[in-house]
Amino acid sequence: MEILAILIPVSLFLGGVGLAAFFWAMKTKQFDDPDGDANRILTKEWDDRPKP
Amino acid sequence: MALAESLDEANRLSACPACAVVPSAERLAAMAAPAEARIMLSLPMAHCATCISTVEGALGAVPGVRSARVNLTRKRVSVDAAPEVTAAGLIAVLKAEGQEAHELDPGLLSTTETDRQGRDLLMRLGVAFFSMMNVMLLSVAVWSGAEAATRDMFHWISAAIALPTVIFAGQPFFKSAWASLRAGRLGMDVPISLALILASSISVYETMMSGHHAYFDAAVMLAFFLLLGRYLDHRTRAVARSAAEELAALEVPRAWVMVDGVEVERAISAVVAGDTVVVRPGGRMPVDGVVTLGASEVDRSLLTGESLPVFAGVGTVVSAGEVNLTGPLTLRVTAAGKDSSLHRMADLVAVAEGAKTRYTSLADRAAKLYSPLVHILSFSAFGYWMWATGGDVRYAINISAAVLIITCPCALGLAVPAVVTSASGRLFRKGLLIKNGTALERLAAVDTVVFDKTGTLTMGAPEVTNLGALPADVVAVAAGLAAGSSHPLARALAGVAGVRAAVSDVREVPGYGIEGMWQGQRVRLGRAEWCGAEPLAVTATYLSLGGTVHAFTFADALRPGAEVAVAALRADGRRIILLSGDAVGAVAELAARLGIEEWSAGVLPADKVARVAALSAEGRRVLMVGDGLNDTGALAAAHVSISPASALDAARVASDIVLLGQDMAPIADAVRISRQAVRRMVENFIISGGYNVIAVPLALMGAATPLAAALAMSLSSISVSLNAMRLK
Repeated sequence: MEILAILIPVSLFLGGVGLAAFFWAMKTKQFDDPDGDANRILTKEWDDRPKP
Repeated sequence: MALAESLDEANRLSACPACAVVPSAERLAAMAAPAEARIMLSLPMAHCATCISTVEGALGAVPGVRSARVNLTRKRVSVDAAPEVTAAGLIAVLKAEGQEAHELDPGLLSTTETDRQGRDLLMRLGVAFFSMMNVMLLSVAVWSGAEAATRDMFHWISAAIALPTVIFAGQPFFKSAWASLRAGRLGMDVPISLALILASSISVYETMMSGHHAYFDAAVMLAFFLLLGRYLDHRTRAVARSAAEELAALEVPRAWVMVDGVEVERAISAVVAGDTVVVRPGGRMPVDGVVTLGASEVDRSLLTGESLPVFAGVGTVVSAGEVNLTGPLTLRVTAAGKDSSLHRMADLVAVAEGAKTRYTSLADRAAKLYSPLVHILSFSAFGYWMWATGGDVRYAINISAAVLIITCPCALGLAVPAVVTSASGRLFRKGLLIKNGTALERLAAVDTVVFDKTGTLTMGAPEVTNLGALPADVVAVAAGLAAGSSHPLARALAGVAGVRAAVSDVREVPGYGIEGMWQGQRVRLGRAEWCGAEPLAVTATYLSLGGTVHAFTFADALRPGAEVAVAALRADGRRIILLSGDAVGAVAELAARLGIEEWSAGVLPADKVARVAALSAEGRRVLMVGDGLNDTGALAAAHVSISPASALDAARVASDIVLLGQDMAPIADAVRISRQAVRRMVENFIISGGYNVIAVPLALMGAATPLAAALAMSLSSISVSLNAMRLK
């Protein structure tokens, strides 16, 4: 059962990473314009260099 | 449930129609100081990736524009620009690129507060989801037979995850439960909070005593499902509110004021009595006033319902909200803002709203039955087991916590929001905007439909009715004259006539008509008196040609789908009534065309309110459909109300549902969908009740394990959501 001492923290850590990613996405307003973001990825405008 | 909140929300939407007519103080400040221009434009046609780059590219190239960002979800673009950049200039730029754009009043689009609330709920939902998944993993191990020290360790880890989650994610429930307790009511949130607290604390105690059952998973799952219901509820209302705000923000209230002989653009709120205001043809009167210069015709349909334009010359009194048709008018302002007739009419709405009995929603009624029952069950279980076990407090509290968890209205909290979200999404795609949470339920109960005429059943745009009965050369001459005018009757005439005669020296006489020379004789098209004719009872324009006068009669064009909607509602067994402020002839003709038997003409705004109130007093559930200021009181007094997007701001604010497109046919669909939605809600209550009927006796007997609680909760929540999605 010693494996539990490793696996439980690992699973909690991975879940925490997901939660942190969710918070970050929300803080940076990535859920404000889902339609726009889905379409922006199709434009070729900033393919060569990032938007300044 | 967010019922208390949603009622408040609804009040805020409709209780202050005056706020929509007269800009608020913040808006004044925002409009008075255009130092840093932040321009919002609505882009109704934007739909693709190319549109984004076109719009952003074109706007970015305009000198003075610092940044432009398109939001495709909301179909808007917000521009940060130097103060000299104007919305009109940007609209012209976009038009050249083939993009339709309209100016929005940024002061009205205060969505930040709503956004913040939504983000807050979403964050709590995310935390609850994370903990639910982790605690569930640990619980599966316990359910499948973890023993002794392992079980205790798993319980401790669960507690470490679940307790902070319950404290953080449960805050919306605790706050609203506390608020309702202080008001002396037992809302749905009281048993929810009690279950959350009791389940967590009894589980901590059991864990310390290394007991078998801990309800951490149930507590976290409860928080997750209930937050989900609340988030759905919030999102539905946020979408409706942002669309309603956008409609209001489309009308930027400005007036052209003469200052030292120069026209200056000003916010309406800055106009005072005594100022001189210029109204161009096609513009809406911003204030009440007396004409001091110019002659024209005004369209009063939004205020009185009459479809016939009225002559306006020097000395004519005009009211805010009327539309100037042919010539420029200069007004001396007699009343602006709060004193204008537009505002006084809005007071009528306030009176009607006060008289309106507050509707208790289905969920509220369910909660009123449900929460006392839950508490009684839980406490009697506690009392019985205290007695049966001879004072074993731990066992009795365990049982009563289990009863609270199982009866907790997880499915109830999800039952209504899920159905409302699914139904309003469906109606939104059909072009109907549900502004009020309970509007669907009220719409389902409707048995009488009252229609307004001008602008609602008709488009407010005329059609020639006797073209076939007139000689071809007469029509050709009339069309030749009409081609030079922007008057709605002239435009309708020029639009339908095939051949246009060559008329020379065409001259528009504002307020009277058009005259010109045709084959050496003077020809006139316009008002009856001016052409030397007897006016007819219906809307008409007259052509004087070589000593004889020909009349062109007009009828208002029907709104597309009006016939379908009326027929469908009648086939459904609804009583249909037409109340119009227009003349008898025009109303009778329309009623006959649509087959409406009950109709009244020349109805004043107060009479409309009285008629609707009388119908309600008879026990009828009235759906009012109207667009004008004269309908506003009736819209507020009716059980439920619908107005088209072309309606006056005050009318839209007073109504529960806004029809976004031109077509009227969706109204019949809306009634059908709303009844289906209410049936789904009732079914959902029965489903979640059914789970309780099975699970509660088990819990009362002390046979409910945490596994049974988790199963009952998730199964009932899932079946309720699936049932909501069956809506067609």
